[in-house]
Amino acid sequence: MDNVQILTGNQAAALGAKLCQVQVVSAYPITPQTSLTEVLSHYIEGGELQAEYVRVESEHSAMTVCIAASTAGARVFTSTSSHGLLYMHEQLHWAAGSRLPIVMCCINRGVGAPWSIFNDQQDSIAQRDTGWIQIYCRDNQEIIDTVIQAYRIAEAVYVPVMVCYDGFVLSHTTMPVRIPDERDVRAFLPSYQPHTILNSQEPRNINPVIFPWRRMDAEGCLRDGYMELRYKLQKALEEAKPVIGKACSDYTAIFGRVHEGLFWRYRLDDADALLIGMGSLATEATMAVDRLREQGVKAGVLGVRLYRPFPREEIKNCIGQRKALLIFEKDISYGYEGALCSDVKAALYGSEVKAPVHNFICGLGGRDVKAEELADAVKTSLKMIGAGNLKQQTIWLNCRTEKSNDGQSF
Amino acid sequence: MIDNNISAMCKPAPGEAGKTGDWRDMRPVIDHTKCTPYVKNKPACFLCWLYCPEGVIRDTIPVEIDLDYCKGCGICAEECPMGAIAMVAEGKQDG
Ligand code: SF4
Ligand code: SF4
Repeated sequence: MDNVQILTGNQAAALGAKLCQVQVVSAYPITPQTSLTEVLSHYIEGGELQAEYVRVESEHSAMTVCIAASTAGARVFTSTSSHGLLYMHEQLHWAAGSRLPIVMCCINRGVGAPWSIFNDQQDSIAQRDTGWIQIYCRDNQEIIDTVIQAYRIAEAVYVPVMVCYDGFVLSHTTMPVRIPDERDVRAFLPSYQPHTILNSQEPRNINPVIFPWRRMDAEGCLRDGYMELRYKLQKALEEAKPVIGKACSDYTAIFGRVHEGLFWRYRLDDADALLIGMGSLATEATMAVDRLREQGVKAGVLGVRLYRPFPREEIKNCIGQRKALLIFEKDISYGYEGALCSDVKAALYGSEVKAPVHNFICGLGGRDVKAEELADAVKTSLKMIGAGNLKQQTIWLNCRTEKSNDGQSF
Repeated sequence: MIDNNISAMCKPAPGEAGKTGDWRDMRPVIDHTKCTPYVKNKPACFLCWLYCPEGVIRDTIPVEIDLDYCKGCGICAEECPMGAIAMVAEGKQDG
């Protein structure tokens, strides 16, 4: 019989990590991640989870502990948000460069200044180029399932995985969550095999100084230079896509739930207008689509789940001959446009796709985004496009300065 | 099969980061006639051996410096109580 519990996103993530029998947890509390680590420390202190909880003085150290423990062969977990994630930034590169299958939840929160504890996705988007796989979840069920899948993916390709979900919107909101059976999780997730076994009889230097060129080491073994190692990281991410797809289909076979691996689709078979987004914003877009459909607008949602590696081909094929692309996101690459918008457009370069693109920056610093507002924005956009204005727009939704959106009301 | 070059690793050994001595632009030159262990023919002093941050000085009689890995920092010359070590620009004659 199904075991259903009413859980917050943070409780779901903690339970996911527990079901994966993580052996080392190191994290530093930060809103809105704190309740996740509280649950984990409770499990460990109460003996429900046989793991070491390593207390640290900062997120930088938390990731450093994870790197050390993962190197030593432990399955490790951590989580953070916003400034905590930014503080880890240097160690994120070390984790990926060392090819360690660490799994971390990033509970998305805006970044200061000014000070904010509320949700947007600027924090994880700012870590886009650290070499981590990034997966964005749309609800609490997907959080628990994705944490479990993340270990399978990370340990197969030796790349760390960041499971991202929206602060408060998901982290502190309760929903019914089906709890995977422990034995099923064990069947789905083989035990962690580190890429290198440390052995005191055969000591090694890990991450010594690397010169630009390849060279023989003292044992006469040809060692890669920096470029080769970085190329391999890039290759590992590119080649992770089928592994991620397979992890999702195997998951469905065991647990019955479908989380499409790279992105999910909502009412988009015959959709002319495509709403594209990530995380809970894309969930909100499904409700906007329902409204639009009632009003006769053929709209659908493409919810990006896998942001890195970016599913370039698959997204391009899914977009096909749609008439309008409406990209909603809770981040901005300052001085240009939303990061997701750039990535989607880059995927379309050189293809037959000519659909106009409207990019909506919304919900920054926790500003509420209602389905109705998304639907209205889509209608305004479609009107502009219908009137022959095919130029790309970057629209700040619900932003009320006199100068925003060139006086257009969105 | 896991690639044994999946991340940067090596067995700890001299030279695993290349011959780092080629970074040097000044090199230490010992005048053994001023060096205590050599003069007394006894294992004594060895302050240069103690202070060298690269561990490339051997506490032998006479004291030896492995120039393959000496980075030319000059700490040994600075610390030598007998003034037995001179730093000489690379490319110039000893002394
Ligand atoms: S410090 Fe000077 S005197 Fe002492 S052992 Fe070294 S070279 Fe000789
Ligand atoms: S102290 Fe500096 S200059 Fe002297 S031997 Fe060591 S590395 Fe070379």
